[in-house]
Amino acid sequence: MDHQFQLPGSYKKWTYGLIGAGVLALLYGFIMFNPFAHAGHGENVNSTRFWAVLLQNSVFFLLVVNAAMFFICVTTMAMAGWVVAFRRVSEAISSVVPILGIITFVILMAIVFGGRTDIYHWLDKDAVAKDHILNGKKGFLSVPLFTIWSFITILLWWFLGRKMRSLSLESDKKGHMDYETGKKWIWNNTVWASLYCVVFTLTVASTIPWLWLMSIDAHWYSTMYSWYTFASTFVSGMSLIALFVIYLKNRNQLEYVTEEHLHDLGKFMFAFSVFWTYLWFSQYMLIWYSNQPEETKYFIERIGTHDKAGPYKGIFFFNLIINFLCPLLILMKKGAKRNWTLVTVMAVLIIFGHWIDFFQMVMPGTLHEHFTLGFFEFGTACLFIGLIMWGTGNYLSKHSMLAKNHPFLKESMIHHT
Amino acid sequence: MAGGIKKFVVGSFDDEKVLFPAVKNVRKAGYKIHDVYTPFPVHGLDHAMGIRETSLHTAGFIYAITGTTTALTFMSWVFTKDWPLNIGGKPNFALPAWIPITFELTVLFSAVGMVLTFCYLCNLAPFVKKHHFHPRATDDLFVMAIECTDKTNDAEVQAFLQSAGAQEINVQMAETGWWIGRYHKEQKLYKEEKGY
Repeated sequence: MDHQFQLPGSYKKWTYGLIGAGVLALLYGFIMFNPFAHAGHGENVNSTRFWAVLLQNSVFFLLVVNAAMFFICVTTMAMAGWVVAFRRVSEAISSVVPILGIITFVILMAIVFGGRTDIYHWLDKDAVAKDHILNGKKGFLSVPLFTIWSFITILLWWFLGRKMRSLSLESDKKGHMDYETGKKWIWNNTVWASLYCVVFTLTVASTIPWLWLMSIDAHWYSTMYSWYTFASTFVSGMSLIALFVIYLKNRNQLEYVTEEHLHDLGKFMFAFSVFWTYLWFSQYMLIWYSNQPEETKYFIERIGTHDKAGPYKGIFFFNLIINFLCPLLILMKKGAKRNWTLVTVMAVLIIFGHWIDFFQMVMPGTLHEHFTLGFFEFGTACLFIGLIMWGTGNYLSKHSMLAKNHPFLKESMIHHT
Repeated sequence: MAGGIKKFVVGSFDDEKVLFPAVKNVRKAGYKIHDVYTPFPVHGLDHAMGIRETSLHTAGFIYAITGTTTALTFMSWVFTKDWPLNIGGKPNFALPAWIPITFELTVLFSAVGMVLTFCYLCNLAPFVKKHHFHPRATDDLFVMAIECTDKTNDAEVQAFLQSAGAQEINVQMAETGWWIGRYHKEQKLYKEEKGY
């Protein structure tokens, strides 16, 4: 059987439709929101909105596609065989990292060098000089460090991800591998995967969320924040992989993917939703319990106080319902995780839920009570979804859908939970 | 004893590869497999034997929500009605502080409940001696016990097992079950199922 995939017309139509809608939204924002207005102190809300929305979407979708590569590397290191049947799909998703990486970097640089103190308060030199806390963080929250580290990070994700993908594609040319060659090839994969994981730990699981997102609330910090961001994007990444796998299966591709693989993808979606909640709760409870003013500020901005409800109260608890209660109760049963329709619905819900999660991470510190969830916000999300579909589709139609010489392929074919 | 004494034809196999077709053929012929005892968990054997999906996890879920409810009702009664205390200026109904305890009790109830249910379903209890069909079932033999009814011709079953590749075949009388009634395993005739 030929494992080459021809992109159907409807896929292309959706891809270009979403990108078109996104570009339109972006143009609308560019013209209407006066993005280059002075950051000021809340006079140019629309201009803040423009940058905050771009920041939220670019960072969220970049981390989501990057999670697909993390999934490959982790399963490689764990010597997991079951993923081989659809491994190319997560490779294809991770091939979007360079495109979204460049876009994110451009946006971050525009924010930092455009002096957007409304997004990153620590960019304001006068405020930092007068502020004891910000003064203490000066070494870390500084323009050179932010720029250089963001640059290195995106470059490393790009380079190491490409290496993993090229190793995988190399196996197509090799023909059937005997025991020794196979062992060597797996070892090679393991070494690069572990390098990627080290970089991942130093970036997504620690510094990058501090720099890109947590520094919006520059005074505040939480030791849970990076893990929380990781969990949020990883569960969305798993949902995205599941969505593509289901789509391709519907198109009669991925012949070796069965309900068993779907079941395991469903388990990942279920388990990491619970993991995300664990971090959500750990962050919330410790701050609630110790009741330090400088820490509770973060939650007061969102849910408000006893006397006055905050502007994000609805979104904040909605977030918990769709990202915790729904996956917990709906995906708990074995039958649900083996149901193609239900997993599709849950995957869309989880991705949307974590997009909302990122929304409530970025907006309260930048737009305060002036946030909107309108055409511009959803349009920008459409742009990034379109770009992911475009890049993934491109990769899938160029390369074989099945890593047919992978030594673990048999294990994946007979996979049985 | 609830199960009563029954007659079994017991066949021992020394290879999984022989065991699987044998299980299928025995079921196809319409004999009732009491159980298959293996030295290690054999993947897919439950499916080959046609045992229904266990409901242990449903029981686990019920135990878990019992734990959740117990923890929440007890703590809210203690801290709001019975003995309200001011702890660090927090409200008496301090839900976030109770979540870890609720979680622990949920896990405890489901874990303990499931272990006991598992023992019940497998007819296991401390100090209860169970009949062993073959001592080597814990070492290197796969032992299949076929239950005989009044109508079963055990010579025929023995011949059948012989042809299915059993190494040792004998007839044993054994007591099944120890509890109020026996965990009754429903048996279906074998048919090819998708994916197995």
